[in-house]
Amino acid sequence: MAIEHTNLSDPAGIDPKQVARLSRLSRLGLSDDELQRLGSQLGAIVAAVDKLAEADTDRVDPTAQVGGLTNVCRPDVVLEGLSQGDALANAASQEAGLLRVPAIQ
Amino acid sequence: MTLLDRSIVELGRGLRTGEFSSVELTESALADTRTVDGELGAFLRTTAEAAMAQAAKADRQLAEDTGNRSPLLGIPVAYKDVLCTKGVETTAGSRILTGFIPPYSATAIERMEAAGAVGLGKLNCDEFAMGSSNENSAFQTTRNPWATDRVPGGSSGGSAVAVAARMVSAALGTDTGGSIRLPASFCGVVGVKPSYGRVSRYGLIAFASSLDQVGPLTKTVEDAALVLEVIAGLDARDSTSSSAPLGDLRGALKAGVSGLRVGIPKEYLSMEIEPGVRDVFDISVSRLEAAGARLSEVSLPSTEYALAAYYVIAPAEVSSNLARMDGVRFGPGFGSAPNLMAAYESARHLGFGPEVRRRIALGTYVLSSGYYDAYYLRAQKVRTLVSQDFEQVFKEVDCLISPTAPTTAFRIGERLADPLAMYATDLLTLPANLAGVSGMSVPAGFAGGLPVGLQVLAPYMGEATCFQVAATIEEMAQIWQIRPAGHANLESPV
Amino acid sequence: MTSIWEPVIGLEVHAQLLTASKMFCGCRAQYLGMAPNSNTCPVCLGLPGTLPVINQVAVQLTIRTALALNCEIPEFSKFDRKNYFYPDLPKGYQISQFDLPLSLNGLLEFEVEGRLVRAGITRVHLEEDAGTLHHAGEIQNASFSLVDLNRAGVPLMEIVGEPDLRHPVEAPAYLAALRRTLIYLGVNDGNMEDGSLRCDANVSLRRTGASELGAKVEVKNMNSFRSIQRALDFEVARQTELLDQGQSVAQETRGWSELEQVTVSQRSKEEAQEYRYFPEPDLPPLVISRAYVAELRAALPELPMATRRRLREQYALSEEQARLISETALDAAYFESVVAAGAPPAAAANWQVQNLQALCNAAHISVSGCPVRPELLAELITMVVTDQVSGAVAKEVLAEVFETGARPSAVVLARGLGQVSDTAELERLVAEALAANQKASADYQGGNDRALGSLVGAVMALSRGKANPKAVGQLLRDRLPRK
Ligand SMILES: [Mg+2]
Ligand SMILES: [Zn+2]
Repeated sequence: MAIEHTNLSDPAGIDPKQVARLSRLSRLGLSDDELQRLGSQLGAIVAAVDKLAEADTDRVDPTAQVGGLTNVCRPDVVLEGLSQGDALANAASQEAGLLRVPAIQ
Repeated sequence: MTLLDRSIVELGRGLRTGEFSSVELTESALADTRTVDGELGAFLRTTAEAAMAQAAKADRQLAEDTGNRSPLLGIPVAYKDVLCTKGVETTAGSRILTGFIPPYSATAIERMEAAGAVGLGKLNCDEFAMGSSNENSAFQTTRNPWATDRVPGGSSGGSAVAVAARMVSAALGTDTGGSIRLPASFCGVVGVKPSYGRVSRYGLIAFASSLDQVGPLTKTVEDAALVLEVIAGLDARDSTSSSAPLGDLRGALKAGVSGLRVGIPKEYLSMEIEPGVRDVFDISVSRLEAAGARLSEVSLPSTEYALAAYYVIAPAEVSSNLARMDGVRFGPGFGSAPNLMAAYESARHLGFGPEVRRRIALGTYVLSSGYYDAYYLRAQKVRTLVSQDFEQVFKEVDCLISPTAPTTAFRIGERLADPLAMYATDLLTLPANLAGVSGMSVPAGFAGGLPVGLQVLAPYMGEATCFQVAATIEEMAQIWQIRPAGHANLESPV
Repeated sequence: MTSIWEPVIGLEVHAQLLTASKMFCGCRAQYLGMAPNSNTCPVCLGLPGTLPVINQVAVQLTIRTALALNCEIPEFSKFDRKNYFYPDLPKGYQISQFDLPLSLNGLLEFEVEGRLVRAGITRVHLEEDAGTLHHAGEIQNASFSLVDLNRAGVPLMEIVGEPDLRHPVEAPAYLAALRRTLIYLGVNDGNMEDGSLRCDANVSLRRTGASELGAKVEVKNMNSFRSIQRALDFEVARQTELLDQGQSVAQETRGWSELEQVTVSQRSKEEAQEYRYFPEPDLPPLVISRAYVAELRAALPELPMATRRRLREQYALSEEQARLISETALDAAYFESVVAAGAPPAAAANWQVQNLQALCNAAHISVSGCPVRPELLAELITMVVTDQVSGAVAKEVLAEVFETGARPSAVVLARGLGQVSDTAELERLVAEALAANQKASADYQGGNDRALGSLVGAVMALSRGKANPKAVGQLLRDRLPRK
């Protein structure tokens, strides 16, 4: 396997529709101006990150985590948690012991 | 001179002989947070009342000789605001956490408190630790005490400044791509990035979970060892924490470097490095050689890909880690949004600064279907290559040495407009995070009146070697007593 | 139904595990009936800085289930993050398993309409449950929702079935067999009403005989066996009609509306979630040793199909009896204890399935948990078959034992219900009955056999049920010789 791709990205920026999708997916609520600016910055960063394509990663396993630990588990034991009051203490909006959020649709 | 010009060991001696009390020490430190810090802006908030109570308790323990022999008993310290403190607002430098009062403390902080350290408050940092200059804090700009028109480095800038300006003896910071080592270098203090898993991450507001580590910033290498001994070790609440023994750090401080094999990574030195920084490095290398170390050039060939891998992996984890910042359970909420989507967007748009948004978007991008293999998966494979480089090179040498950063502290605002230039600040530090090895920055000299730190890297769980080399560099440089006040125009004493 | 369209159905089942604590924190896994948000901690609230730690028993129960479903257990497994925003998901991601689940490639056998069906199990993986949402009315119209996180983080096993079902009727049968297996294993309580067992379905149609699949519709919101059957019937009919009219079926997610008895579009493919799975950096991977797998395999109990077969063969039970008695492992064990305590299998089966089960159902308790311990039922059955009590009296005795847990013999003694076989006493009762029923006596002697029955009944009534009917019959025949 040789290098699979070169410059997926356009250094001038990434597609505004794509940026809008990223903003929506990550709930960033960006304005059109912000999308524009972010698009060109992301374009530049992604272009730099395209450097990865040059690395020879044939037959290399991915590393998600260093340290080599495995099977770190806890015993199935119940521990004291928070009271309802403490659980909700930081919430901006609550009602009858429940967290309140606006209409889902 | 203030009492806090002294090292932790010296302060401990003063406390135990009754020369001064922890209450006196703490009062004087708190006074500095009100005066000295007015210009520097290291503290986001102080916890004076709790500090005085803790100091009084330490004084009782010192008087009663209760058996608490911890060297940190009664010593003023402070914590980067990404570390949760029970009952004390913790914001991670972000508007989205304004008013968040955790019902728990980070394990590292619990251990500091159990050792009797006196916590003075929470220190400024780049928002969610994303930045290299502290300019990304939502709340204030922290200034470098050596030149107040310059950045302190980031993201643990408040931590470095609080120590450099003698407001505390030690601060905890966090290092994801250099966030302890870089500000330590810029502010002329010691900063340790422990091996991944050495210190519990429980209660550390995650930036990039597979890279983050908590570590100390102190005036001296020995002080750093004393703090690391307290905070290191297995924690059942962090599945990635390790039980590997820390080794004999205090022994390492006195061991010298005779016969030690010290590698100079040629890829690090071939980067564009400011001449003054290069001078400090060269002088230190010749001193180490004179002290008996065996220096050699070594190669970490995948270094050129490390930055790219880092700026894929870290944002990917960020995009997920910061999803919990949704305004529902904590944070300022979402006002009168008409529906859930608008509520989320309102909370997150108002709550996050530009750098955080940038990284969330980038992370979302590299994890999206169609891009995952080309970016995220490939970055993980490059991470393997970077780790293999370190494994290979540590068969040839015991440790590596390089400048911590290519430059000294830059001017406030200088790199804000260009994210890539800012990212390049971490070129020399971030490979260690990708590989999880131990690292440290130790002040070695000055360039243009600004501190220069050297980075020592040692194998995974090999902190003792870092301390061994750093102690020698510190001893030969003889600069740790030099304090920033009045030295803004100091010419390099090296 | 002869259609040119063949349904292709696969089920995805989510089952809460019967652990003591949650998947990644020490909060209780049993949250029903608790005040809202009173079963949480910083970890399951997803507060900043908190970290998950794997519940070791949840892993064990999942592997146990996977083995019972004939799955392979790979040596290496890991957790991943499934990223999406929803108010019941505190962290903004669910810790689940993506490409390296705990198990793969299993098989579930079940019977439907007397046919044996073998359906593939794609995988069994482990994840965490979300919280619960409350709204005024329907979610679409509510002006706000309220979030309870007591359930957030409860260990949840996802059992993904292959699209091997070919008729809606197979779906509830598959689910029933799976449910029975989970209960046998003691890993889940099988309660669909409370949502500790939940089921979604993927439905598509294809031209009969074709091999490629049609557009897949995911059906959610089916909260009972009956709603699964109805939702799938509806969905197959809906898709058939579309295809018959030459239209295409849209790939989408639809919800079953219990109120309207229809499926309703919830989300089209275009709005499909982009979950951005990636390895969970907060959890080291799992390496499952072969020795551990062998140990768990050896500890597997007998499973429902095997129990049923064995009960039928070993005790000569009818298919129906075997099925009813093997409904749960505890019921089957109860039956075998009754037999072991001396009751004949056929009688034991009848008494358990009919009389005892009825009492238990009325009291909403299980046979195995009821006060009639197996040795007590065996004692009662023995008294019946040895003519110490009549069947009618035994039912009364059973009801009392069910209330009090007393020994049947003690109940019989205390209430003087023992069967009267003493000839002198019976002679007296027979004489009394004959005197009072002269017409019946004459009828019997005149050749009417049924008249003997009413005479026996009369004696039984005089004895208030205690007389031994066989002995009474014999005495009557002796007294009323036919010519
Ligand atoms: Mg699932
Ligand atoms: Zn919990």
